[in-house]
Amino acid sequence: MTRRTAADAIDAVWWIESARLIAGLARIVGDVGMAEDLAQDALVAALEQWPESGVPDNPGAWLMATAKHRAIDQLRRQKMQGRKHEHLGRELDERQVSPEPELAAAIDDHVGDDLLSLIFTACHPVLTTEARVALTLRLLGGLTTDEIARAFLAPKATIQQRIVRAKRTLAAARVPFEVPRGAELAQRLESVLEVVYLIFNEGYSATAGDEWVRPALCEDALRLGRILAELAPAEAEVHGLVALMEIQASRIRARVGPGGEPILLLAQDRGRWDHLLIGRGLAALARAEALGGAYGPYTLQAAIAACHARAHTADETDWTRIVALYDALAQLTPSPVVELNRAVALGMAFGPAAGLEVVDALTSDPALAGYHLLPSVRGDLLAKLGRFDEARAELARAAALTQNSRERELLLKKLGAL
Amino acid sequence: MKFMTIVKTRETGAHPSPALIEKIGKLGEEAAKKGVMVGMGGLAPTAQGARARLTNGKITVTDGPFTEAKEVIGGYAIYDVPSKKEAIEWTRKFLEAHIGLWPQDLEVEVRQMMDDPSNGC
Repeated sequence: MTRRTAADAIDAVWWIESARLIAGLARIVGDVGMAEDLAQDALVAALEQWPESGVPDNPGAWLMATAKHRAIDQLRRQKMQGRKHEHLGRELDERQVSPEPELAAAIDDHVGDDLLSLIFTACHPVLTTEARVALTLRLLGGLTTDEIARAFLAPKATIQQRIVRAKRTLAAARVPFEVPRGAELAQRLESVLEVVYLIFNEGYSATAGDEWVRPALCEDALRLGRILAELAPAEAEVHGLVALMEIQASRIRARVGPGGEPILLLAQDRGRWDHLLIGRGLAALARAEALGGAYGPYTLQAAIAACHARAHTADETDWTRIVALYDALAQLTPSPVVELNRAVALGMAFGPAAGLEVVDALTSDPALAGYHLLPSVRGDLLAKLGRFDEARAELARAAALTQNSRERELLLKKLGAL
Repeated sequence: MKFMTIVKTRETGAHPSPALIEKIGKLGEEAAKKGVMVGMGGLAPTAQGARARLTNGKITVTDGPFTEAKEVIGGYAIYDVPSKKEAIEWTRKFLEAHIGLWPQDLEVEVRQMMDDPSNGC
């Protein structure tokens, strides 16, 4: 531990080990809230002992053994039903006699399933979306309540309460700690993917607010996605989501200019894209495609993102393919926002008139009333058709509607150039 | 944050044992399952490589092996972690895996990869 404090090492070990620790404990005690408390107790023990004794060779196994001792103590005290108690005692005894490496292996045997169960539990539909997000970041992302609060620009007490309530809800609803099977799996997986993508977008679309913390949310979501891809490799949509996030994340440093102003996709300096992430994204997309079957919504969006990623210049973009992918996406998950994106692609592939036809059909959609991107897109298409007066009016409307001052500047700049 | 860890060792022509390869493979898998492994790999002997230098405005290229080098880069890994601490912890695990299975000393440089300081992800 020379040149490195024990506290730093414990922090790092906790971040690496906490999810599987909580997952392993939850399998044994059957309650995520109790499992987290036990894991925290073990962490406190580590904080007390490791600075003196040094970090043990297998810190994960040490934490697990310590937490299990406490679990037994607690269960005895609570006189919980005999069966569970006995089971836990037996499991611990077996591991007590086994030498260290076997102990570690015994934990590793279950770890994949345990982690997956933990993800599915944290994203259980019985919880509100906010609660799912907070619990997932806390239990699987290894974030502290403070970090979650900062990331979501919410008071710490709010997040704390949200997590406590979520754990109570799970216990009250007797949500089993398991990976759902059969028909339920697909539906529950959807909720998991939604939570991960929501975390990603919270970081990705934030050009306002605390710039420093929010990109970290993209990283958290990416890691969660990658974990899922390792744990559920047969699920095409998991790879689709990972591909989508990797490719989107590859553009992060290119999508904001030196003054903090947003730079739109087609105007970005592609040399500043992160090609390491693009490579990973394309590989994840290939994995999704290799699994066969119809493309799901995440895979479709990833395939669209990949069209941009593969184009060395904006002019090389395969807009015809993008239109086809948006057609498929609009069929699978019809929404006015998808339709608007499809209109942009149509305009690029087949000329502004083709795009405008679709956009015009959207102007009466109440879901898009007040959505600044509608007049923004319409203004662009009108300008390309040489209908400058109408274009100016649309861009002015878009500028008035947007909540983001940077985006407003960009729109007004466009307007001024017409 | 992405960190590249660069493994340096003497080039003796020794090959890692199957036991070591397995251990490192498991560690890589563990890191992948934690979502932090961006990429890792070993490098072929310097005999198969070359060095290109810019000296006083003049470029020279020399084929390997790098016989004069005390240490060469033997492998690398790229981790995506929240801070340097975690990168160090993975590196510690990596070195630990070599104990008793690799006869030489090892050094690993843990280096943060540059992103735009204002908006890197």
